[in-house]
Amino acid sequence: MAARVSLFVTCIVDQLFPKVGMAVVDVLERLGYQVHFPEQQTCCGQPAFNSGYREEARQVARHFLNVFGDADYIVVPSGSCTSMIAHHFSDIFKKEPENLERARAIESRVFEFSRFLLDVAKVEDVGARLEQVVTYHDSCHALRALGVKDGPRRLLGHVRGLELREIDAAEECCGFGGTFSVKFAEVSGGMARTKIDSIVRTGASTVVAVDSSCLMQLQGALSRAGVPVRTMHLAEVLASR
Amino acid sequence: MSTLFDEKIHETLADPKLQLAIYKATGRLVEERRKAIEPDICPDYQELRTQANAVKRHTIEHLDYYLEEFARNLEAHGGKAIFCRDAEEVSDFVLSLAKERGAELIVKSKSMTTEEIDLNERLEHHHLESVETDLGEYIIQLAHERPYHIVAPALHKTREQVADLLTDKLGVPRETVIEKQTMIARAVLREKFLAADIGISGANFLVADSGAVVLVENEGNARLTTSAPKIHIAVAGIEKLIPRAQDLAVFLKLLGRSATGQWLTVYTSFLSGPRRKNEIDGPEEFYVVLLDNGRTKVLADREKRQSLYCIRCGACLNHCPVYRKIGGHSFPWVYSGPIGAILTPQFLGVRHEPGLPFASSLCGACAEVCPVKIDIPQILLDLRSEVKKAETREGTNRLERLAFRVWAWVMRHPRIYEIAGMAAAALAPSRDSGWVRSVPVSAGPLRAWLSQRDLPPAAPKSFRQMWRDR
Repeated sequence: MAARVSLFVTCIVDQLFPKVGMAVVDVLERLGYQVHFPEQQTCCGQPAFNSGYREEARQVARHFLNVFGDADYIVVPSGSCTSMIAHHFSDIFKKEPENLERARAIESRVFEFSRFLLDVAKVEDVGARLEQVVTYHDSCHALRALGVKDGPRRLLGHVRGLELREIDAAEECCGFGGTFSVKFAEVSGGMARTKIDSIVRTGASTVVAVDSSCLMQLQGALSRAGVPVRTMHLAEVLASR
Repeated sequence: MSTLFDEKIHETLADPKLQLAIYKATGRLVEERRKAIEPDICPDYQELRTQANAVKRHTIEHLDYYLEEFARNLEAHGGKAIFCRDAEEVSDFVLSLAKERGAELIVKSKSMTTEEIDLNERLEHHHLESVETDLGEYIIQLAHERPYHIVAPALHKTREQVADLLTDKLGVPRETVIEKQTMIARAVLREKFLAADIGISGANFLVADSGAVVLVENEGNARLTTSAPKIHIAVAGIEKLIPRAQDLAVFLKLLGRSATGQWLTVYTSFLSGPRRKNEIDGPEEFYVVLLDNGRTKVLADREKRQSLYCIRCGACLNHCPVYRKIGGHSFPWVYSGPIGAILTPQFLGVRHEPGLPFASSLCGACAEVCPVKIDIPQILLDLRSEVKKAETREGTNRLERLAFRVWAWVMRHPRIYEIAGMAAAALAPSRDSGWVRSVPVSAGPLRAWLSQRDLPPAAPKSFRQMWRDR
């Protein structure tokens, strides 16, 4: 019987970028996984946590534990949400021993999408084809909290027809930062423009990342600047054929 | 409501020349550091960081012990330890010493700690002349500004601006060649060194087992400051301690590399006590001011006391995409950048500038480059929580709190969450595939988002609907 994976699609993909979620399902099913989507899922609590509202974050995180507590594998198309679950849940539940134990138990079972493909499914070539020149943006939490760096590049390297060009400052933040993007909108916008300048210098037609939130920031800035570069989540690239 | 913090950020972003100056200077420092820590040049770089963190952790956890050891060894060499609670106690000490010795002129080498306590202003208030002798510090002293950067205080000044400043303040012919500007400053400062009664320095490290003050610098001005005048006073925060001289093998390797990409700075001085009988130079009196000024308060917090590990290399500033946009003078206190964002609320209280811990995308570049591994993003998160607790106590920012309460409730009720999502999508102006430039009515976060970027179009169906339909 095929192994079962539970998909935590994230609230931003659910509400704004559902095609990314469908692409994740498509790739996982092609690899022979049985995808389960627990319909009670909502958010991991990160917006409240990063805004200083610990109690509100805790309430939402408890809900997450109730929904995903028994899952064998949790696949998440976001480095940021994965790091919230894998690194910060243990912090916010430090005074709730029972939930702390559940949070600790989940840490080793929650996987950012590219990590799951490489570490669990152990594939680099998912049989994708995309005739595009692309560049890869390192999402900060994927890169620095999870160490996701070579994996997405290896996966992209096996996509037929795809040429990968590196950004000169690939590891510099896009400026999203959750509520930072609206609390310090001008700074956030400036950071996005610096980033898209370096994206444009690559000559790529598409910028790929593992987080839809960074891509929303970048696409929003690209669109505002009238730059004809589009954004794609890694899952969308890997689902292309 | 716009605060001074917001206004300064806006001013900095609106100044293209300044933006370029910040970006180029920090970019150069980033590049130099990168080269200096390459695996073939510094193969044990990560191990050094781990070691530095362990030494600092140990020292900070046993600070009382090492302070006593340092003071004992310092005094065995004829130096004197002066414990000061705050800025006023430091200036009182310097002023009374100056009065007793009839001193009028003080030369200073670069020290963030003296900036922290506004020492120059306090001394000048009592008619003591206090002259900065580090070139960058001298420039900003002439301009009556505070340091723009922990390591490069005049980072924001172009050579043209420095030329105007020197002409204006010293009455010299306008000179835009940096080397010649340096010679102008040098000519002025040499006279000051020779005439000064007291030299005040900071301290990069206080070595407990040898009672020594260690200073690193590139210009040689700290050597003159600490040896030419008859009296040397080193002003140091109590967190500058390290247990043993051999620990410097770790810290000196990291400090130069992290700050400027130098394997070592040009000068490293070990100062232990005043001139001895058989020595030809050095001060006759040697004092080390050990300053608290809020450090013991930080020390009391188990989670955040790691903030005291900082060796003031400035790497977190250079690598911070926010600092690189908003510069040093937007920050509300002398310490800028990520380290400033965590030190300021701890020293001055979270209400001093409540927006500060939020001015970060939490990208983590600071923690990645920190030579002593301070987890700055985690401390920012903790400080954010403290700001919200303070706001709750005071009953301020109620609307945001209410919004997050409602949000958290919705997120615990999946059916309500789904309906709310559908309602928002139905209200959204565009259902085609184009990104949205403006909306008829926008306020709050939506307006802020649209001030900089386009908005994604509403998805015709949420993922969960597509999942059910398939």
